[in-house]
Amino acid sequence: MLACNHTTIRFGGLIAVNDLNLKVNDQEITGLIGPNGAGKTTAFNMITGVYKPTSGTIMWNDTDITKLKPHQITKLGLARTFQNIRLFSEMNVLENVMVAENLRNHVNLFESVLHTPAYCKREQSATENALSLLEQVGLKEHAYDSATSLPYGQQRRLEIVRALATKPKLLLLDEPAAGMNPQEASDLMEFIRKIRADFGISILLIEHHMQVVMGICDRMYVLEYGNTIAEGTPMEISTNQKVIDAYLGTDNEDIQQAQREGEHA
Amino acid sequence: MIDMVQNQNNTVSAKRRRILTIIACAAAVLFIIVADKFFDRFSLRVFNLCAIYIVLSLSLNLLNGFTGLFSLGHAGFMAIGAYICALLTMSPAQKQINFYLQPIVPWLANVQIPFIPALFLGGIVTALFALLIGLPVLRLHDDYLAIATLGFAEIIRVVITNMQNVTNGALGLKGLPKYSTTYVVWAFAILSIVFMIALIHSAYGRSLQAIRDNEIAAQAMGIDVAHVKIVSFVISGFMAGIGGALLGHLMQTIDPKMFVLSLTYNILLIVVLGGNGSITGSVIASIVITVLMEALRFLDGPLNLIIVQTNGLPGFRMVVFSLLLMIVVIYRQRGLMGTSEFSWDSLAKIGLLPRIKHNERVQ
Repeated sequence: MLACNHTTIRFGGLIAVNDLNLKVNDQEITGLIGPNGAGKTTAFNMITGVYKPTSGTIMWNDTDITKLKPHQITKLGLARTFQNIRLFSEMNVLENVMVAENLRNHVNLFESVLHTPAYCKREQSATENALSLLEQVGLKEHAYDSATSLPYGQQRRLEIVRALATKPKLLLLDEPAAGMNPQEASDLMEFIRKIRADFGISILLIEHHMQVVMGICDRMYVLEYGNTIAEGTPMEISTNQKVIDAYLGTDNEDIQQAQREGEHA
Repeated sequence: MIDMVQNQNNTVSAKRRRILTIIACAAAVLFIIVADKFFDRFSLRVFNLCAIYIVLSLSLNLLNGFTGLFSLGHAGFMAIGAYICALLTMSPAQKQINFYLQPIVPWLANVQIPFIPALFLGGIVTALFALLIGLPVLRLHDDYLAIATLGFAEIIRVVITNMQNVTNGALGLKGLPKYSTTYVVWAFAILSIVFMIALIHSAYGRSLQAIRDNEIAAQAMGIDVAHVKIVSFVISGFMAGIGGALLGHLMQTIDPKMFVLSLTYNILLIVVLGGNGSITGSVIASIVITVLMEALRFLDGPLNLIIVQTNGLPGFRMVVFSLLLMIVVIYRQRGLMGTSEFSWDSLAKIGLLPRIKHNERVQ
């Protein structure tokens, strides 16, 4: 589905991401890991159109999306969340999701202001969609609460729901478990699995929690200083000497634990 | 099902709300009619000024409060609207009297069209200017945008001052026909309020507010941020042009000095005090500030403050507004209303309206 071909981006003299060849297959959960500053979020920003790669192309099915703007890429079916939560702070939970509904409703200024019957009908169905989506993820009782009044974990969840409301085929999650305790992180894992099953979408995620990535990813890429140093299944990654040296260091308790969990599952 | 969820938050039934709204609207219209009949000339002028400031502050609030674009170009927009409308409505004879230094350009000398088309033409041309200036400057953010729009307003003023044979330069235009009657200005004020409510409570309004709250996230949700910002800027320009034209025809005289930065500041003061992002706040603040500006005029004259005696300090009343602004900024950053709006429910919640009876709630 998604394929980055020799994608490189430079900021002045710094090569932030070098020759990235990343593939995401249908209905697959793909992980992107690496130490801080390895270029993971930069890679995300290139895929979603925030940055334009210096060289290389990014293909989405058969479309070249390298030079498209973020909103055009979202329209093609790639939705993302952010490392630091970016909710619409002055809006309530429902409205946050409704913003994403605008995408498919072809919102037009004149119809909006005049509240034409066709507009009202679409608005009504958008509200129903948003509410049922919120119900699916257990946020319905908070629909009319202010988005920023939700606890941290639920704000993260809301951000994911908001991205889902654009009806994506690929969901990009930037450190969804950041700042979560082990319990919350494992709830999140469950949640991500459920999303893939319910919506039948692919997921590309950046994550630091080894437990999370090893547990749910089908395939992984490891970045270091902008270079891809390894790719493969979590098993292959956890035994890859390069990865252990560069990223995981000697202390790979998390990995061993994840391996054990993988074996159990 | 949706109604059920929403009803949990309501304390006033839908039917009752509708009746209250109709009563309130009727009362407002009645007040405008009474004011037009019985107010003396001075009070009526202040009353009409309130209406014009409602149009202007809503227009600025659309940018500052709802789209998150810090713009200081309103005086420029108003000047364009005011001059175009004035030049289109003044009689050829009146123009000849005005342009004694240098005759007016021939193609404008004999043009005279009715007020309402002229007003809309003024608004449309201002909107075109907004489009033209918006395309390059809306790439900027925050303070940079403010400085760029401020520069634009100053350029407009300087251009008007120097186009002697079109705008009569620094001499200004005098003897504009008195078309800004109570009914006209209040009709536009009400139209602006209705338009803003319809816009903000719509899907498009949600896009605007999404950009204000988080531009990057808005983009990621598929909103064409550049496009929506331009649309907001153009609408705001249109409203400011109309507001400027109405002001010109209320004052019956315009000159470039009228459209200096402090005019933009007056509107900004209303927006900030009323609440950045609140239609209700802008409407209330427009009325309160406009009335106060006139009511506090005694401060400019000789004062006897027991300890200190002044013999006339022009501009002293503005100190009050400066203090007010400081107090608001320190103790109530978000202004009178914040981003909340008036609703019958909120009146009921603070106990000014009897709450709904329990059996009324289920409909």
